[in-house]
Amino acid sequence: MPYGEAMLTIARELVDKIVAHARADHPDEACGVVAGPAGSDRPERFVPMENAERSPTFYRFDSMEQFRVWREMDDKDEEPVVIYHSHTATQAYPSRTDVSYASEPNAHYVLVSTASDDVEFRSYRIVEGVITEEPVKIVEAYG
Amino acid sequence: MAIEVRIPTILRTYTGGAKAVDATGVTLDELIGDLESRHPGLKDRLVDGAGLRRFVNVYLNDEDVRFLGGLSTPVADGDTVTVLPAVAGGAR
Repeated sequence: MPYGEAMLTIARELVDKIVAHARADHPDEACGVVAGPAGSDRPERFVPMENAERSPTFYRFDSMEQFRVWREMDDKDEEPVVIYHSHTATQAYPSRTDVSYASEPNAHYVLVSTASDDVEFRSYRIVEGVITEEPVKIVEAYG
Repeated sequence: MAIEVRIPTILRTYTGGAKAVDATGVTLDELIGDLESRHPGLKDRLVDGAGLRRFVNVYLNDEDVRFLGGLSTPVADGDTVTVLPAVAGGAR
């Protein structure tokens, strides 16, 4: 089961980087992770990933890049606190595809929609097929 | 000696919470068979009728086994096999 509060607390600088990545890759979906110390529930290290599908409707981490990044997190005793991707023509809500492939029960799944100029930034837990939206608290720095 | 298999969080329910388990075999297919005998249920999460599940990545040391020989990839004592669920999704 996920631990931590039922809320994503994230530094503004990281939100800005995720949104910038989503805008830069539009109309294709952008994806990546924000790593943080294992068990801390605190996103710290921004890791944009290649969308191996280069598609406006699908994303998949490149398998070798994912291997390197996951091993690096393991070595640093980190975990993927946030896994983000963008929807470029629809709202920032998990699709059936998102739910069926969600495989990190401890992660906050962040969805960004670049469908309109006003970028949506929302966060969910996806555990055993169940989507739970959670509030996002954007902070200037972690206390 | 044996082959170390690194298990992702989501599959640790099959390994009693262990992050890594040992298994033996001469090919990946045999190794997965041996894993199944020690940790029943794991095999079905890794393979289906056609071979490795599409959204599961399996690596032998530093290589994705899809670029090696898939389930017939030879494995040997001292190797490390890493299982990672693919991170995927999208609006489609």
